[in-house]
Amino acid sequence: MAPTVMPADSIMFNAPVKARASDVNVFYGAKQALMGINLDVPEHNVTSLIGPSGCGKTTFLRCFNRMNDIVDGCRVEGSITIDGVDIYARNQDVVQLRARVGMVFQKPNPFPKSIYENVAYGPRIHGMAANKRQMDEIVIESLTRAGLIDEVKDRLDSPGTGLSGGQQQRLCIARAIAVKPELILMDEPCSALDPIATAKIEELIDELRNNFTIMIVTHSMQQAARVSQRTAFFHMGELVETGLTEQIFTNPKDTRTQAYITGRIG
Amino acid sequence: MTDISRHANAGAADAMMRRRYRAEKRFRWYGISATATALLFLGAMLVSIVVIGHSAFSQTFIKLDIFFDPQILAVEGKIDPDSLRRADYSALVKTSLQETFPGVTGRREQRQLFALASRGAADKLRELVVEDPNLIGSKASLWLLSSDDVDLLVKGEISRETPEHERQLSDLQLEWADQLVAQNAAELRFNTAFFTTGDSREPETAGIFGAAAGSFYTLMVTLALSFPIGIMAALYLQEFAPKNRLTDIIEVNINNLAAVPSSVFGLLGLAVVLNFFQMPRSAPLVGGVVLALMTLPTIIIAARAAILAVPPSIREAALSVGASPMQTSLHHVIPLAAPGMLTGAIIGMAQALGETAPLLMIGMIAFIADVPESVMEPATVLPVQIFLWADNPERAFAAKTAAGIMVLLAFLISMNLIAVILRRQFERKW
Repeated sequence: MAPTVMPADSIMFNAPVKARASDVNVFYGAKQALMGINLDVPEHNVTSLIGPSGCGKTTFLRCFNRMNDIVDGCRVEGSITIDGVDIYARNQDVVQLRARVGMVFQKPNPFPKSIYENVAYGPRIHGMAANKRQMDEIVIESLTRAGLIDEVKDRLDSPGTGLSGGQQQRLCIARAIAVKPELILMDEPCSALDPIATAKIEELIDELRNNFTIMIVTHSMQQAARVSQRTAFFHMGELVETGLTEQIFTNPKDTRTQAYITGRIG
Repeated sequence: MTDISRHANAGAADAMMRRRYRAEKRFRWYGISATATALLFLGAMLVSIVVIGHSAFSQTFIKLDIFFDPQILAVEGKIDPDSLRRADYSALVKTSLQETFPGVTGRREQRQLFALASRGAADKLRELVVEDPNLIGSKASLWLLSSDDVDLLVKGEISRETPEHERQLSDLQLEWADQLVAQNAAELRFNTAFFTTGDSREPETAGIFGAAAGSFYTLMVTLALSFPIGIMAALYLQEFAPKNRLTDIIEVNINNLAAVPSSVFGLLGLAVVLNFFQMPRSAPLVGGVVLALMTLPTIIIAARAAILAVPPSIREAALSVGASPMQTSLHHVIPLAAPGMLTGAIIGMAQALGETAPLLMIGMIAFIADVPESVMEPATVLPVQIFLWADNPERAFAAKTAAGIMVLLAFLISMNLIAVILRRQFERKW
């Protein structure tokens, strides 16, 4: 079955570059996981990273908020810039970077705290609210944007871990956007969810695109086709092909891409 | 007819099934009998302790008519608060005993008679008079401590069949004691003094409170040192330290330290804390330092395991919203690891509470009758007190020893109870 591709809109053609990876090499100890990756991530677009398991797409995603720093023996070479500023520069503060680059993980990981606290935690440590009223506003706005407010508005004090899987994942998205990041990284955000919850998240991603730039790792080619404007295909640590999603899925240039999207490798 | 059995004949399959059932049954029985054996040993220990020790919670008192004779109490002809402390109160007890048994005249008989009352009786009179000097000149009928031998007789632990020269009480003393019992002038009462006083040479006046207070101060010092140091070390090693050869060596050494015989820590305390830093001997402060050294590995290992059990996804979640490593640890990792850390700390404390050997090295084995009031005063601790009493040849100390063990067990049970309650309090699901 050929994936359905959403029509390209005007914003994706002439969007400025938000983040740029130039000649990125990543090593785990002696093993090289990524080889010379060059990729431009345009603003207000959803860029999906696809490829078979172990191809390095998650590793690449985690380079953008330097989450690989906490992995022992992981070394990143090359440069990654956000708004033209090298995030691996010596004077770059990692904590500040992560406030600008939010992340949603594969498995929903809300804090074992109340729904309210989950969303308020980020703004609180960054001093984004001067008082309780402002904090309430941030929490309500974030939950609204994450499409969760109607389901939780009567139980903001109940534990976030008591929600269903799909709700937890939207809570994690609310938590990420509460800090008002510019770039949101999503690492297979729907892999632990059922189709209905997945549909909700996908709808949400499409909305979030208006305010944020999004990079998403996904195993589902249908999902990549549904939510993203740009697609990058990774294979064995190499970026094989990148371009408009429509073009990648309908007219791939590389035979490996073709083999993957038609289900012959992966 | 179709046979669904995989075996060629159904009989073999049946036999195999029966064998499996038998094996399952045997396996269950091994488990049950192992548990039962453990319970039996535990039960036997507890029963024997309670059987031996319960009698220490009561003590025999004898009723004596005491005349607070001003002539006896006057020291060098005067009566003032200072002289009242030094006066000869045992003379009051002796006079009273003499009046109760007027027929006794010979020196040897008199000595035997006076041995019916405890030295604690005179101490009690001193306490009364110092508190209220108006008693002088009055008469009062008072219940005073009997000697430990009379106490044993009343509790039925001295056999009358034993020949006189092998018995703690002579025939005469037996007769007098029986007379007191017949006149309702000797009875068993609850031994409050056991829980409120320190050690004594006389079993009837020896109390556990001094050792309990010593244990309390020692444990406070241990907790104050080992808990913060242990938690910080565990947190640093687990969350912040780079994983390299040096941290590997440190880890191996911490695990080894947990298995070092405790008396080695005592030797260390003796060499470093006492000899080098010149701290006072027998003080809970020194004992606490030594026990803190001993419990540190336990606390570090337990805290590291608790930190390791916090799911990495929680750390990633915190870091991804821009929490610094310290904020991640303080706001998320420590609260989630707290139940495990507390359990480790309490296990360490319970170990420290029962420890004797290292404390012997730093002089906490000394005989100390006063109840300590600070960490610098000489003190002993519960297990050392039990050891000292067990070592004492006087028979009445046997019950004291068992009673001391019961107090120690009560301490341990309440500490474990606190651990369970704290754990419930802090436990969260994710």
